[in-house]
Amino acid sequence: MSERQDVRLSVSQVQKVYRRDGREFEAVRSLTFDLHEGEFACLVGPSGSGKTTLLKCIAGLMQPTSGTVVLDGKKVNGPAKGMAVVFQEYGRSLYPWLTVEGNIELPLKVAKLSKAERRARVDEALTSVGLENARKSYPWQLSGGMQQRVAIARAVATHPSVLLMDEPFAAVDAQTRADLEDLVRAVWKRHNMTILFVTHDIDESVYLAERVLVLSSSPTVVQDDLAIDLPAERDQLETRSMPRFTELRAHVYGQVQIAKTNKGGATSAQQTSTV
Amino acid sequence: MKLLKRFLYFVGLPALLIVLWWATSRNGTSFFVPKPGPLVHAFRTVWLGDGFHKDVVPSLTRLAAGLIISIALGIGLGVVIGSVDWVRWLLGPLLEFLRAVPSTILIPVLLLVIGINDAMKVTVIVLGCIWPVLLNTVKGVASIDEVQLSTGEVYGLRGLDRLRYLVLPAASPQIFAGIRQSLAVGLVLMVTSEMFAATEGIGYATINFQNQVAIPEMWSGIVLLGLIGVALSVLFQLVQRRVLGWYEGLKESANV
Amino acid sequence: MSVAHDNVQLAAPPATPRRRASLLERGLPALLGALGIVGALFAWQIFSEIGPVDPHFLPPPSDVLPQFFQNLGYADFWTATGYTLRAWLLGLVISTLGAIVLGVIIGSSDFLRQATHSTIEFLRPIPSVALIPLAALLYGPVLKAELLIVAFACFWIVLVQVLYGVADVDKVATDTAHTMHLSYLQRVRYLVFPTLLPYLVTGIRLAATVALILSIGVELIVGTPGLGQKVALAQINDATPSMYALILTSGVLGMLVNGLMGLLERRLLFWHASVRGGVKS
Repeated sequence: MSERQDVRLSVSQVQKVYRRDGREFEAVRSLTFDLHEGEFACLVGPSGSGKTTLLKCIAGLMQPTSGTVVLDGKKVNGPAKGMAVVFQEYGRSLYPWLTVEGNIELPLKVAKLSKAERRARVDEALTSVGLENARKSYPWQLSGGMQQRVAIARAVATHPSVLLMDEPFAAVDAQTRADLEDLVRAVWKRHNMTILFVTHDIDESVYLAERVLVLSSSPTVVQDDLAIDLPAERDQLETRSMPRFTELRAHVYGQVQIAKTNKGGATSAQQTSTV
Repeated sequence: MKLLKRFLYFVGLPALLIVLWWATSRNGTSFFVPKPGPLVHAFRTVWLGDGFHKDVVPSLTRLAAGLIISIALGIGLGVVIGSVDWVRWLLGPLLEFLRAVPSTILIPVLLLVIGINDAMKVTVIVLGCIWPVLLNTVKGVASIDEVQLSTGEVYGLRGLDRLRYLVLPAASPQIFAGIRQSLAVGLVLMVTSEMFAATEGIGYATINFQNQVAIPEMWSGIVLLGLIGVALSVLFQLVQRRVLGWYEGLKESANV
Repeated sequence: MSVAHDNVQLAAPPATPRRRASLLERGLPALLGALGIVGALFAWQIFSEIGPVDPHFLPPPSDVLPQFFQNLGYADFWTATGYTLRAWLLGLVISTLGAIVLGVIIGSSDFLRQATHSTIEFLRPIPSVALIPLAALLYGPVLKAELLIVAFACFWIVLVQVLYGVADVDKVATDTAHTMHLSYLQRVRYLVFPTLLPYLVTGIRLAATVALILSIGVELIVGTPGLGQKVALAQINDATPSMYALILTSGVLGMLVNGLMGLLERRLLFWHASVRGGVKS
């Protein structure tokens, strides 16, 4: 691993221990990784591998028991400026009492941006996700896929340093999911963003990302760190039928299978794979 | 055609009932049921003449003051109690008890402590009306969706912004349910306190007519109170439709 | 029905426990709650002694509580409580029965529902206390006067809930019932009533609180025997500790009513939810 200057997000030795009824439960053992400017990384792991816990620690919604999360050189204690999150539960994450426009504008209002600036950013975000015509609608008037697009637009409009996405497409149907995946790739390129995308879907992680981090079962460690060297232009049919895609997918699949039995620290050394 | 049908449905039964009343009371056999003519006459002379300033205005002012104070206090305290766990635990059982006291029983006590005046009647109304608003606000605030809360945190909603854009709207369906209950209780307490101890007001005047066995006048008071009840309910529905339009839409969209 | 139920959760989901509470955390709310009550009594005592209100008008709990417990030994206290509860219960039962019968009849017919809508919307918000003079004139200070007021108010509250409930009966279920050749009464028994039940219980719970407020209100003004009349008497006789003791009693009564209704609701709704789960799976 080379030292790079453009680190956006640095997660080091993050551990999370829950206390329940006096007993301790270690959800995350020790996680360390850096995310660089403009990187699109997927975190993938078997269910119950503490993905959501980890994401909450990174987002500042939860205090890690030990270890640090650093965003743009500043330690994260609580939700940080420059971090945006897209939640899995789009229906509950959008405020039903605000219109699409109102939802996207809210974080900007809170950040005390000028009216003109807000307007420009809302327009830009809506264009990015192709919802120019839905701005006056309420979220509950839209389909699930469209609602998730509004949530993405809301995140994009804040111009985040890092965008966190917590299994954002787990609750939509297959076709919508494919569309949303391409949309996220397009938004990522257009805004030159840094994205950390959590998923349990191996295909999705390989298709979307430039880098895949495989997590072990809990207590969680990073089990594998794999660079995805697929061409930048991705296509649902073409990319997915490439032999290279199949190879990468098989590798990640194998790692996840190991991860299911491999509880934190069995392989203590973090592995950086090339396939 | 459709509009006509709806209109007929709307006025049909009320018209039938009025005709029935007119027909049965025409011969003037029943002592307790006034004829339409004298009732309308009594209504005009009693409530739209001197009585308007002497009785109607004071009653409505007290009712409005009591309701506004109840709603403001109920929401304010409810937000605080609902947001802080330990405050909720500390005050929970006490509030359950206070809410359970049937508010009409407080009238004699307040009469003693405060005296026969406006403050006493407003206090009675507040002590009766605050609980539905307060407890519903607490419930609404304490049960805000966790994802909504996390979203607010992530996007930097804090302090007053959080209250205005997240807490109050999220709790508003419950708050309105509370206000609806309060309106009914407020009217009951306004009338009861005036009937029990007052020197003016609609309730006082109406019970006075009963004592004087002035039947049409007494009935006119009943009708006026009914009209106020209806007006209050219509006003509430108008406001609710404006403020909770999104909630109705949300419910309907989930029903499809 | 299940959809309607889900909606409520959409906007206001039940507070899901963020984590399972430990023993200490479970005990803490109860402890704090008790502390709250004791603290309030203390505050009352101190306010009564040094506050701006004449202690004669606001006696401290050290005077009121003994009176409250003494009352429990007096026969006429129990008689008064009994009168109030009798009016409360009778009014509630009469109005509920009337509302169920009328509500089911009106609700099952589109024509009746539309034709009565405006009338119901107009009569419903009329404060039943407005009828107190009429009740006093018609019956004088007897149970009937109290019942008229209580039943009138509760009737509308329950009726509206029953109408909501009947309107909520599933269309597919109705068609199914028709194909099974169920008679009108059978449909009411097996289809309408189960759907209606949660709405009905809500109506009864709302009405129960109002009924208590009104029984005591009528007792105050018309002088029908009961707790309200006793309080009015205590006020005239300047027996303030006794008055406050009666108010405490009414609060306890109110708590009992709320508790009873909560119990009824939990039992019936539990039954309802389990049946629904069974039908769904």
